[in-house]
Amino acid sequence: MSSGQGPTSPPPRRILSIWLGALAMDRWHLAQEQAEHGPLVLIADTAHGPRIEAANAAGRGAGARPGMMLADARTLCPEIRTAPSDPAGDRALLEKLAEWAMRWGPWSALDSPDGLLVDVTAVAHLFGGEPRLLEDVQAAFARRNLTSRTAIAPTAGAAWALAHFGAERSILAPPERDHADMPAQLADLPVAALRLDGDVLTVLRRLGLKRLGELTTIGRDALQRRFRNRRSPAANPLVRLDQLLGRVPEPLLPVVPQQMPLVQRRLLEPIRHRSLLDRVLIDLGDDMARALEGSAQGARRLELGLWRVDGEVVVRRLELAAATRDPAHICRLFAAKLDDVDAGFGIEMLRLRASWAEPLALEQQDLEAAAEQHGTSLAACIDRLSVRLGEGAVTRPVLHPSHIPERAQRWQPPLAAQAPVQAELAFHQRPLKLLDRPERIAVLYATPDGYPQRFRWRGSVHDVARVEGPERIAPEWWRERGAARLRDYYRIEDGEGRRYWIYRQGLVGDGRGGLPDWYLQGLCA
Amino acid sequence: MPIETLSQTCDVAALAAQRSARWQPGLAARAGPVSHSEVFASTNHAGGAALALALALDDWRHAPRGETREAQDQRAVLWVQTREAARLTGRPYRAGLPGDLSHRVIHVLAEKPEDALFALEEGVRCREIAFVIGELSGNPRALDFTASRRLTLAAERHGVPLYLVRLEAQRDLSSARMRWEVGCASSAAPAWNAQAPGAPAWQAELFRARAHPPGTWLLGEEGGRLRAGRKREGEDESPGRAWTGGLQQRRRPRAAGR
Repeated sequence: MSSGQGPTSPPPRRILSIWLGALAMDRWHLAQEQAEHGPLVLIADTAHGPRIEAANAAGRGAGARPGMMLADARTLCPEIRTAPSDPAGDRALLEKLAEWAMRWGPWSALDSPDGLLVDVTAVAHLFGGEPRLLEDVQAAFARRNLTSRTAIAPTAGAAWALAHFGAERSILAPPERDHADMPAQLADLPVAALRLDGDVLTVLRRLGLKRLGELTTIGRDALQRRFRNRRSPAANPLVRLDQLLGRVPEPLLPVVPQQMPLVQRRLLEPIRHRSLLDRVLIDLGDDMARALEGSAQGARRLELGLWRVDGEVVVRRLELAAATRDPAHICRLFAAKLDDVDAGFGIEMLRLRASWAEPLALEQQDLEAAAEQHGTSLAACIDRLSVRLGEGAVTRPVLHPSHIPERAQRWQPPLAAQAPVQAELAFHQRPLKLLDRPERIAVLYATPDGYPQRFRWRGSVHDVARVEGPERIAPEWWRERGAARLRDYYRIEDGEGRRYWIYRQGLVGDGRGGLPDWYLQGLCA
Repeated sequence: MPIETLSQTCDVAALAAQRSARWQPGLAARAGPVSHSEVFASTNHAGGAALALALALDDWRHAPRGETREAQDQRAVLWVQTREAARLTGRPYRAGLPGDLSHRVIHVLAEKPEDALFALEEGVRCREIAFVIGELSGNPRALDFTASRRLTLAAERHGVPLYLVRLEAQRDLSSARMRWEVGCASSAAPAWNAQAPGAPAWQAELFRARAHPPGTWLLGEEGGRLRAGRKREGEDESPGRAWTGGLQQRRRPRAAGR
């Protein structure tokens, strides 16, 4: 708290950047458990043949470079060895390392494809100062046989630049501490330290701008004009420069480790009967409820795996309408799905996993038999219905912005949030029920566009007594074919008092077909 | 026990008066909603579902609210249809539903009548549902007297009314508390356009009820409220015949081959 900082001001921001320069190659060596001293490259298949993704030191000495085609490298060094690269595996290792790196700070972020960022604000004294902290980091990565370069700086951009292009274990002091000039200290770094795309780097090289210090010599306005329509930070050197110097904030996405609740039972004796299976399922449900309660969560999706003695695995999946951890409810829903399980020679292990969980606060349990007295909750009711009737059977009608009546309504899961929509206009009278497909009717009417007089629907003749209309609904020209015809809707009542909603599709002589057809689409109350 | 004591204790006259009270809209304010109603209708008009909805809304608006209930009942409404019923009379259309109901409807489409009965029973047992509307076509074998009794008991126990629309069905045995037969009726002419169809109206016959004598009404909706008028021409038949109306046609005669 020296050098003019008040006791209440927060400590300056310190970001630790770790660059694992040879992550893919190190991982290959770890997996092989042996050192490869000859030239070795990791390749990925592309449309133009195999391309080199990473090369070891001997390979680089022989002329192989990442991004080069393998055929070109083979001409330089015919005895080069190859192995397939695995970007997904590298990414998974990096995620694990990000979680592991939280030993040095409260949160860490991925810096794809081969780096990590750790917030070490006000924690360096726990390791004996920032130089000791960096030594500790490098020693820890060296113990895991991973090569690393590290740096600490006030911003993520500066830390990244120093880790990649600065001196080994360089530390950039916060600007307030010693009144040092951050731009001056970083001026010697190459422009590649700005985390820019390759084509932008090419442009800058052609402009003769090689160092960060040279960027400021030509004036900010000139750079602004040159890159005025580049919005993305990776394509705009000015944005990257401001992020490097801390003039604009740079959001970082921290890694939050999440545990997937999982319970399992290994059985001493394989079970073959349904009653025993139900017993084990109840035990698993109780265990899962306890595991979920500990993390104040409720399950939305559950997966039950049944391992059979002969190696088969049967998986049953269950989705719930709302987060729950009620073991009786879960067991009841699973019981409906276990009817067709073939136990074979017996089931020796069961595993229940909540692959999707949502926060669910603890609440007081019903002390008396509340479900018996007051009935079930809506979510439990919908779960039971959708387990027995299928996923799409339980739905809720929602409005959809469209003029066409059958498109103006859609069906969505019953407990999903309803999107805000414009209210329907009150002067439109709509029928109570809409047929799934409009049914064609034969109508006697005064051509070309008179009121309907009499029509035949489902084999019986109806005389039209009252009629209101037409309400003209034009086709949605931005969506439908050009030949789509308009509709004239009539609300009618026949001689016996039955009310319908019918429409005539098209007009006589509109050039989009012959005589117009009539359809009955809705039944009014 | 002598007859005089019985009449003093039980007040037979009052019971008889209550028994003979004719049905009218808004009775739910005194007696609570009817737990299980059936509406028989034809498939060539939407009168069955419309009357079931009108009766449900009438009961729902007039039913006494307990102290613990919130003033605004925003519970969901379950609408169960078999696929056959949906094919014949269509599915509910949100823009045409009553305004305070349209955002609360949950629709269940069942392939078989057994599934529809399961859905009806689950809905009746759910405390977060205001009422349940079901639509079944014909006389399915699964809907026998036992199933109907089961539904009635569940509805009475949990206080969730059930309105079952029977499309093109015979009047078979059922334990429904009120059974209606609905036909269509020409609507009153609107004030501003005498040519146009007006507010919905139905001709409804109550042929079996536990607490009311049977009768025929001309029901209509005025301003969102259910209104009842007497049948226009020809009073209803003798009560004695209509009393046993539900028993006369028990079941459709089985086909000869089965």
